[in-house]
Amino acid sequence: MREVIIIGSGPAGYTAGIYAARAGLNPLLIASSVEAGGELMKTTEVENYPGFPTGLQGPELMEAFRAQAERFGTEVLLDDVIEVDLTGDVKIVKTGGGQTFDAKTVILATGAAYRELGLPREKELSGHGVSWCATCDGFFFREKTIAVIGGGDSAMEEATFLTRFASKVYLIHRRDTFKASKIMQERAQANPKIEVIWNTEVAELLGDPKLTGIITRNTVDGTTAQLDLDGLFIAVGNDPRVWLVENQLELTAEKFIKVDGRSSKTSLPGVFACGDVIDPTYRQAITAAGSGCVAALDAEHYLASVK
Amino acid sequence: MSAKSVTTASFQADVLSSGKPVLVDFWAEWCGPCRMVSPILDEISAEHGEKLTIVKVNVDEEPQLAQQYGITSIPALQVFQNGEVVKSIVGAKPKPQLLADLSDFIN
Repeated sequence: MREVIIIGSGPAGYTAGIYAARAGLNPLLIASSVEAGGELMKTTEVENYPGFPTGLQGPELMEAFRAQAERFGTEVLLDDVIEVDLTGDVKIVKTGGGQTFDAKTVILATGAAYRELGLPREKELSGHGVSWCATCDGFFFREKTIAVIGGGDSAMEEATFLTRFASKVYLIHRRDTFKASKIMQERAQANPKIEVIWNTEVAELLGDPKLTGIITRNTVDGTTAQLDLDGLFIAVGNDPRVWLVENQLELTAEKFIKVDGRSSKTSLPGVFACGDVIDPTYRQAITAAGSGCVAALDAEHYLASVK
Repeated sequence: MSAKSVTTASFQADVLSSGKPVLVDFWAEWCGPCRMVSPILDEISAEHGEKLTIVKVNVDEEPQLAQQYGITSIPALQVFQNGEVVKSIVGAKPKPQLLADLSDFIN
């Protein structure tokens, strides 16, 4: 039986791995088969992670996290957890690759998944003009007209990044102010290729089999209009990834895993959660890393107490 | 066995005229999810190569192929049969899901 299994491989998961491994707990970290490294694998320049004054690439940062976790003995498995039973003293974790593990403690660091607009044909057009990843797909929109939907940091980053390829980038937001940090807003708004369309949402996706445009709706007066586009990048936020555990653990009203105060303790003993899956507010690499550290320390104390 | 790279010049012979279904993996060096999915495709190729041929197209080197087949997102996996696209899979997926998506061609 394992002392600790960590599910997730973003900053929270790997930091939990570093701390648990250094505490001699030989953690197994189940990283996902195709999404190892988490959200930062889809970003480009990370400028706000302390300790890197000139910035670095998101994937580079995650490689360093992983190397540091492995250096102290974290075992990283590239597989997907498909089922868990966390209710007993022995926690059971099953993977898509067909393996079953048991452990005294489990640390959940499953993060958040991108949110969809909820429009008809959104899935069908995904990969055919509709995208959630500017760094993955921007390349295909050289000299094209595209729009980014959203008002947070990721919308600003995507819009700014996409100007490297696109000839024109509309930044469409349903309110009249952005939620993004000031520096990101200013950078986007200063870019001559970016045009902000305020108080507007997407009412309909046009085109078959490829996106050719959208119908927009003004959120103040309800006016609709057609906007011709080659691509639409959706950056309207993320939802915590809780499907593995939603029937076993208490969640908050917003469907995040509920933890006790500033700790990582969930509603079940021996089960800890950290990172974006518990955090509706801050959702930064550095806060996720801090939260992963908390989870490893909580797991360590728990293991000492049940010995 | 690593998948063969196909170019615009060889696409007709390697893909369109093939007697059995061909999965084309549109990928690029800079695409993280592509790097995760390619070893999985190599495994599938080793296990089911007799029924399904797996090849790859580097979209940086062959942009016209990517454009011709309407690729706007990678990894994009397209299965060709008798010269036509019969299945399109977008995004990196775990192996069990890929096998399920490809079940028509490998079972």
